[in-house]
Amino acid sequence: MPKTVAEKILSRVAARDATAGDLVIAPVSRVMVHDSVIDAVIAGLRDLGKERVWDTTKVAVFVDHAAPAPTPVVADSHRVLREWVRAQGIATFYDAGEGVCHQIMVEEGYCEPGTVIVGSDSHSNSYGAVGAFGAGMGATDVAVALALGRTWLRVPESIKVTFTGRPRKGVTMKDAIMRVVREVGTDGARYKCVEFHGAGTLPQGDRITLAGMTTEMGAKAGIVVGTPEAPDWLFPDRGAAYVNEVTVDLSTLEPQIAVPPRVDQVVDVSEAVGQPVDVVFLGSCTNGRLVDMRQAAAVLRGRRISPEVRLEVVPSSRRQFEDAMADGTLLALSAAGAVIGSSGCGPCLGRTGGVLAGQEICLSTANRNYRGRMGSADASIFIGSPYVAAVAALTGVIDDPRPYLEAGDDAFDDLVERRRSERAGRGAASVRSGDRSRELMVAAARSGVAAEIDD
Amino acid sequence: MARAWVFGDDLDTDQIVPGRYAPFMVGQDKFHTYAFCDARPGFASDVRQGDILVGGENFGCGSSREYAVAALAKHGIGGIVAKSFARIFFRNCINLGIPVLESAEAVTLVHDGDAVTLDLGAGRLRAPAGDARLRPLAPFAQEILAAGGVVAYLREHGDFPPVA
Ligand code: SF4
Repeated sequence: MPKTVAEKILSRVAARDATAGDLVIAPVSRVMVHDSVIDAVIAGLRDLGKERVWDTTKVAVFVDHAAPAPTPVVADSHRVLREWVRAQGIATFYDAGEGVCHQIMVEEGYCEPGTVIVGSDSHSNSYGAVGAFGAGMGATDVAVALALGRTWLRVPESIKVTFTGRPRKGVTMKDAIMRVVREVGTDGARYKCVEFHGAGTLPQGDRITLAGMTTEMGAKAGIVVGTPEAPDWLFPDRGAAYVNEVTVDLSTLEPQIAVPPRVDQVVDVSEAVGQPVDVVFLGSCTNGRLVDMRQAAAVLRGRRISPEVRLEVVPSSRRQFEDAMADGTLLALSAAGAVIGSSGCGPCLGRTGGVLAGQEICLSTANRNYRGRMGSADASIFIGSPYVAAVAALTGVIDDPRPYLEAGDDAFDDLVERRRSERAGRGAASVRSGDRSRELMVAAARSGVAAEIDD
Repeated sequence: MARAWVFGDDLDTDQIVPGRYAPFMVGQDKFHTYAFCDARPGFASDVRQGDILVGGENFGCGSSREYAVAALAKHGIGGIVAKSFARIFFRNCINLGIPVLESAEAVTLVHDGDAVTLDLGAGRLRAPAGDARLRPLAPFAQEILAAGGVVAYLREHGDFPPVA
């Protein structure tokens, strides 16, 4: 029978002919564990009567979800985690500030295409960016995988998503995946694998955005077909069966906005124009890479964000952080008034680094906008692309970023003025320390750091 | 007799235990006292051993955070009956020994506060307004539940149940 990519991978690893609906016991190529579940994972291993993980070379551990530790309770838990890592002899350990687990798992090459990886995090689907079957699981499942090197899986049905055309300037793959979520819904891919076609040649970061956000549709896994990392066999057979097919024409796509409190409540940006925001968060495993920061800097370089808005930028890994430092992107964002956080999850899940107060409205580039996700249950979270985030930080309202990217300086300033005056008076205006952007850029250029001034 | 707690569609794990009350944030002995603190204030003090949760579509969506399920297990929830479940939540419940049963009609048949009986043998949730039929679980899951969860099962057998 012709097979989907999920059926191929699971047949291969389980060494049997598996089709959707079958239960398989699958050996895993790696297990990913992060700080926020470590206590439960260690307890699970203990309850299982297992002293040691099955293979110390196949376990990757991260401190990223509440890092650096915001409270003594968290700090104690991190200490326990470090002691456990040392006692087990696990070498693949990334401490606070190294970045978000998923970003590092993919960019440092820990995800072997065509294998099964169990992660302690719901966005472990991200590993499909390079053709791995990444499945997020709870602490007990992770403890079992750590003990046995195996997990049980029901072979999922697949949904085929095809992208055609090229996006216009100011439209990103974040908008593309939000369009898919809008189409499929938060549970439309429940127990299923989302197979992406027409995305294999995109940059790795875009593929992480796509695969990771399949979680928002309830998917078990999300796999991009035809990536440079994938082996030849990692293609669906002609005639493979799909439960649903979705096609998105990127050439006509608008920037998309998810309206709180649902991530599938997605509208074209034109329907959200003028929505005030108090806080903008640029970061997360979905959109915290160099390219995302550069897109924001394309809007913000040489300008100052609205005095009534707070902008938090959190690079998704140290590599992304340093690349953005080296090319002047972080300097441009800081000079525009951004707070730059250490690499990690940051405020994405409301535990550290600028949580939201009641009634506050946030525009986030992350992937979730549930009530209470980023702090107070009375805050609201809109989700959008880095371009939308940058414009929201600048003006204090949600707006279509495309006119800003096209405008000359005068027209640009007019656009900003108009939007700012619409919003004025919602929050207190913060004084931001002196505008040193030129001075700093020159210093950076002198010291030999490539301060690229244009996008 | 158990009490039924009825919820709607898309009940996410942040509503079961908000992230800010994770064990990680408030300690292992306290997090379950925040169960449904935003979504259903009073739940944690009024819930009784054996009570049944009833819901609509996509019950337990959101993060993979198992402590949401652990909180329900600590309160001794006797079972969850919903139209459908989010996949990680479903696995977590089986692993921690909470029966999770799909039923198309339970959420309309059962009212919040009803006295109900979960009859797994007969595949029925018995409520004042009638019986809701439950979809049978795969034998694999039944074996794990019968052992009280995956940890207990593995301790006893050393490996997963056969997958047929
Ligand atoms: S960045 Fe956000 S979505 Fe990604 S792993 Fe961290 S908390 Fe989860």
